[in-house]
Amino acid sequence: MERVLTRNIADDPIPINLATYEANEGYEGLKKALTDLSPEDCESIVKDSKLRGRGGAGFPTGMKWSFVPKGDACTPGHKYLVCNADEMEPGTFKDRLLMEFDPHQLIEGMILSAYTLGADIAYIFIRGEYVVSIERLREAIAECYEKNYLGKNILGSEFSLEMYVHPSAGRYICGEETALINALEGKRANPRAKPPFPQVSGLWGRPTIVNNVETLCNIPHIIHRGADWFRTLGRGEDSGTKLFGVSGKVKNPGCWELPMGTPVREIIEDCAGGMLPGLKLKGFLPGGGSTDFLTSDHLDLAMDYNVIGAAGSRMGTGTMIILDDQTCPVGMVLNLIRFFAQESCGFCTPCRDGLPWTRQVLEDIYNGRGRKEDLETLAYQVKYIGGIGNTHCALAPGAMEPLQSALKYFYSDFEKLIERNSGQQQNVARGQ
Amino acid sequence: MPKVLVDGQPIEVNEGENLLEACLNAGLDLPYFCWHPAMGSVGSCRQCAVVQYQSDEDTNGRIVMGCMTEVKEGARFSLETENAVQFREAIIESLMLNHPHDCPVCSEGGECHLQDMTVMVGHRDRRYTGKKNTHRNQYLGPLINHEMNRCITCYRCERFYKDYAGGKDFGAQASRDRVFFGRQTDGVLESEFSGNLVEVCPTGVFTDKPFLAHYSRKWDLQSAPSICTGCGVGCNTAPGERYGRLKRIHNRYNYDINGYFICDRGRFGAGYVNNKERIDYAGLREVDGSYSAIRHENALATAGQWLNDKRVVGIGSPRASLESNFLLKHWLGPANFSSGLSDAEGPGMKQLIKVLSTTKANVPSVRQMQSADAILILGEDVANTAPRISLALRQAVRNKSFSMAEEAGIPEWQDAAVRNLGQDELSPLIIVTSSESRLDNIASHIYSLSPDAIADFGFSLAARLDGSDIEDEMVCGVADILSQASRPLVVSGIGSFSPDILSSAAKVADSLSNLNKKAMLSLCVSESNSMGVAMLSDEHTLSLASVMEQLDDIDTLVILENDLSRRLDRSALQKLSESKVNIIALDVIENSTLNRASMVLPAASFAESEGSLVNFEGRAQRYFPVFEPARDRLPSWHWLIKLASLDNDNKLSALACFDDVVSLLADSDKKWEEIVKVAPGQTFRDRGQKIPRQTHRYSGRTAMNASVSVHEPPQPKDNETALAYSMEGLNRDQPSTLSPYVWSPGWNSNHSVQKFQSKVDGQHKNQTPGIILISSNQNGFGESVSYERTGALEANNWTLIPIACIHGSEELSSYTKEIAELSGNAFIAISEDAANALGVLDGDGLQVIGGSAEISLEVRVVDRMAEGCVGYSVGYEETLSLAPGQTVRLAKDASWIRSKPHLIATDGASEASLGESLYV
Repeated sequence: MERVLTRNIADDPIPINLATYEANEGYEGLKKALTDLSPEDCESIVKDSKLRGRGGAGFPTGMKWSFVPKGDACTPGHKYLVCNADEMEPGTFKDRLLMEFDPHQLIEGMILSAYTLGADIAYIFIRGEYVVSIERLREAIAECYEKNYLGKNILGSEFSLEMYVHPSAGRYICGEETALINALEGKRANPRAKPPFPQVSGLWGRPTIVNNVETLCNIPHIIHRGADWFRTLGRGEDSGTKLFGVSGKVKNPGCWELPMGTPVREIIEDCAGGMLPGLKLKGFLPGGGSTDFLTSDHLDLAMDYNVIGAAGSRMGTGTMIILDDQTCPVGMVLNLIRFFAQESCGFCTPCRDGLPWTRQVLEDIYNGRGRKEDLETLAYQVKYIGGIGNTHCALAPGAMEPLQSALKYFYSDFEKLIERNSGQQQNVARGQ
Repeated sequence: MPKVLVDGQPIEVNEGENLLEACLNAGLDLPYFCWHPAMGSVGSCRQCAVVQYQSDEDTNGRIVMGCMTEVKEGARFSLETENAVQFREAIIESLMLNHPHDCPVCSEGGECHLQDMTVMVGHRDRRYTGKKNTHRNQYLGPLINHEMNRCITCYRCERFYKDYAGGKDFGAQASRDRVFFGRQTDGVLESEFSGNLVEVCPTGVFTDKPFLAHYSRKWDLQSAPSICTGCGVGCNTAPGERYGRLKRIHNRYNYDINGYFICDRGRFGAGYVNNKERIDYAGLREVDGSYSAIRHENALATAGQWLNDKRVVGIGSPRASLESNFLLKHWLGPANFSSGLSDAEGPGMKQLIKVLSTTKANVPSVRQMQSADAILILGEDVANTAPRISLALRQAVRNKSFSMAEEAGIPEWQDAAVRNLGQDELSPLIIVTSSESRLDNIASHIYSLSPDAIADFGFSLAARLDGSDIEDEMVCGVADILSQASRPLVVSGIGSFSPDILSSAAKVADSLSNLNKKAMLSLCVSESNSMGVAMLSDEHTLSLASVMEQLDDIDTLVILENDLSRRLDRSALQKLSESKVNIIALDVIENSTLNRASMVLPAASFAESEGSLVNFEGRAQRYFPVFEPARDRLPSWHWLIKLASLDNDNKLSALACFDDVVSLLADSDKKWEEIVKVAPGQTFRDRGQKIPRQTHRYSGRTAMNASVSVHEPPQPKDNETALAYSMEGLNRDQPSTLSPYVWSPGWNSNHSVQKFQSKVDGQHKNQTPGIILISSNQNGFGESVSYERTGALEANNWTLIPIACIHGSEELSSYTKEIAELSGNAFIAISEDAANALGVLDGDGLQVIGGSAEISLEVRVVDRMAEGCVGYSVGYEETLSLAPGQTVRLAKDASWIRSKPHLIATDGASEASLGESLYV
């Protein structure tokens, strides 16, 4: 299979500089766009490519871009492109690879996207712990300014772009695009109410596009090699390739670039080498900590947005977390809920106070203080916290996904934990 | 009007409003926390969830937030479907996880929105069994108590304090279920609107600290509709009393003036009513100079000897009621009446009334000011002289972002979205004052000029607006901004004590009105009835100076609620002390004028009497007694009738009650004709009954005095007003002027006000907003102005400009313990350059030498000060010898001892632990 996003990243990778990047058709897409293509052309190419956002929600990128007011429809002032490099989804480590080892690919993608959107300022909002990425991106940006890939009148064109790296001060919620925008403005990282969407009123109240690192890395290739080529890359209905990852008790955890639509079994068994000896696969989260569990029944599903969606989960970031038969699913869910309760921004009630409540019920069950009615409470919470629109943003519904699917597939594990203790603990008053 | 279906019932809605508003307007009970009628929606609490159906076929629907959903014709919602009901209950259950359930010991209990909403959704049994979070409470100053554990994280406090009122020292900190609302460190809240946190908070996190010290439940308070006496804005208040003590002041909704918010002076500044220095009994000065309390009959007998066949002159007061001032004038005759305004203020007030009677501009209510899209402030520190107006101006500058939002299709109530879109874009606010003001941080243009130069600027600006060829860049720039605005507003006032500034403001407003019919002019006045007493004045009215000149020809002075030491210069006061004139002084509280009086009569405060006050617009409003005056206190109008009846030539004998006084006033001059309509008279009945001052749950009435006597005293009768000292009667749909408190079944907190509004944030259903007594002939302030300019000052000669302080400058409120604590020291405000030149730092002492004054004051270095000017804290005991416009010399006071920084108290935490985490 042809590697696209990781074509410059060897198995034993070394970071590449501008010269190496250029030597391998780097910035060809940009040159082509600036000389031959209008922003409208670029937008329709991206639309035709059927590229979908790689940050987790899978929203069609071209459509997202089309909501940005352009030309006369836009009031005078800045437009912004923001790269969401705040990779914090549990189990996810794909963007880091792209930024550390091929920063120019991202930068070229951003320049092209900014050109398409008419944005004149671009930010890379990056997770603060990604120290190496921050350093390499900054070096790469400096190289670009020197070569006039960035700055005023890029390559002699009318198009100008300033680019900044903004290391995040932390918090998972900064991955939510409107919380990210607030953080970038120096405000509390609380998500904003939508509508209005950032495409209309985003950073500093101006039209703003926030795209994931991997999404933007696809853009140079799509522009350079065309939408038709890109669509043929996928094995199923979705186009392009994707970085897939596997973590958990497999023989060979890691991250690989594979065509969209690659079956789950191939990723887990061929790439990750299958389960460690003596362990069986009990379930997996297909796309990070905020996606629903799937089980061994789903191993032959293709990793396509709609296929995984139809099975009751989400593609998410495409980085799987494997649950084996020796690990307690309740403990795993508790671990995740702890994380999400910890990372709630504290703005809306179901998330701020609902998640700690869920955490407390799970802790009781896991620590042998569970009661039968706790399972009803959990089901109640899933409905209350998990409903779309019930909360201000998608954090809490995402947090409920592993729980609701664990209740669906691993209900007996919850029951066993409760039953095991029902005899001895029944009358013990629990701390109030 | 569009219609939507709610649970199958069609309800009429207003275009563009949200569903929560629509439901409340329709009288439906939909619970909410974070939404506020004046602050809009952010969607944080998720309490007002309803189910919306996408189409006629949709039977499941999905949950949406009422406050975040715009109503569209034909939309279908359900409040009562299982899903919505269960979700709202889950929200309350979540909010209750960490709530301490300390209602019995919480001062919010009984008027707690959280209690009401909890009952409304029906949540009862908690399932959470974990530990509750606890927070450390902060010391926030003498006004506000902090009990963070009760917080349900609705973000209203932060949104009011920072977003609405522009405060900087308070906000949300930390995240998840540990969000903390407070200051970065313990300390006094800086905002002059901090008291509104008490009412904005839906539960008991922020409560009224002075009230806590003498606490009663809301249902145990006896209340009456009142008017704030803190300044000339005339905010409506609802004071509450029990055990003869004025317990607290709450905001009373008035659509046109204060809406939902009042300033801290208004909320906390009435504590003087309970001050031990209040006058209880009549007092007579003995031969040896001491006073002895005497029975009021005896006092009156003595007074009779001083009144009959004598020349008696009355000095009125800008802080006494219109009726009292009027009686004084009517009794003694126009030629024997002085308004009691100082000689610095009197001519200004005269000018001010002339401006309002002739201006071509509209004179806006506070609410109307909020619609201005360009504002010019000429020589008035609005934030300190008329704080509620400054809060309105803070909203007015947001009109730029509201128009941006309208273009972008974002409704105004989408608060966060509008703020995100608008960012720092503000409508122009041009401040032309002598010194810094709290509005500086939202101003587009700031100019620091001396009072004379401000007037000059105004005249040039008016000329420029009239089309004159003026080259001054500043003038032309401001003229461009104002002439391009569609609703320009000029704000000025008496604060600089300069009639010239008022004239210039009038000129600017007239010139603007020639260009734009919607131009507005608003003039601030200094005291609660400055307007009333100025309107009573006529060509015969004596100035205080002329009273002092004629002192030898006067036998008796009757001083009505006026501390002359605040209005006369030192030599005049000396003369008064030495003169043989008999002084009969009526006042509420001990002051230095009473020390010069031959007889003191105890006057009832605003909380114990009825009367009318005329605010800055010329709007007359009525306040009513909250409780019976104790001991020998009587309303001043009542004393004056008694005094007049001693007089052989008694013109007031026919007056039997307060309404008679009002009628006499109405008949006295055409301009007072409407005064009878300000509020219903004492014969008003609602369904045959008077309006009860007490709630129907008022408890312990028969036992309240049992510690003194087990015999139940009869309830006092109120023969003067339509209110009763009783629980009996209805408090439902009487005129808003007779509304002592708000309560509606299921709505025990002040949120019940929506049940009395014609629509959310609209007029009161039975609105009686007072009566505007001044109408302009619209001829314009034609007079060509000629005035003298002081020449250039010699070296180290400075012009004194008055600096008003919200806490400290107003007379009566400064007798309140908490306000006195916040007033700080009297000061002299100088620019940094002046401080360098004089070799002083902030907190050093400066000798101020000029005229009869030679005093030392603490230095306050301010961000901006007009060249050649220094400011002094006006109204402070120490600065009473200084006069606005006076020229003084300054010298460093080498013997000055710097005051120590205030020790900040804490809620028990040792100082060492202050730096540690906020969480226990």
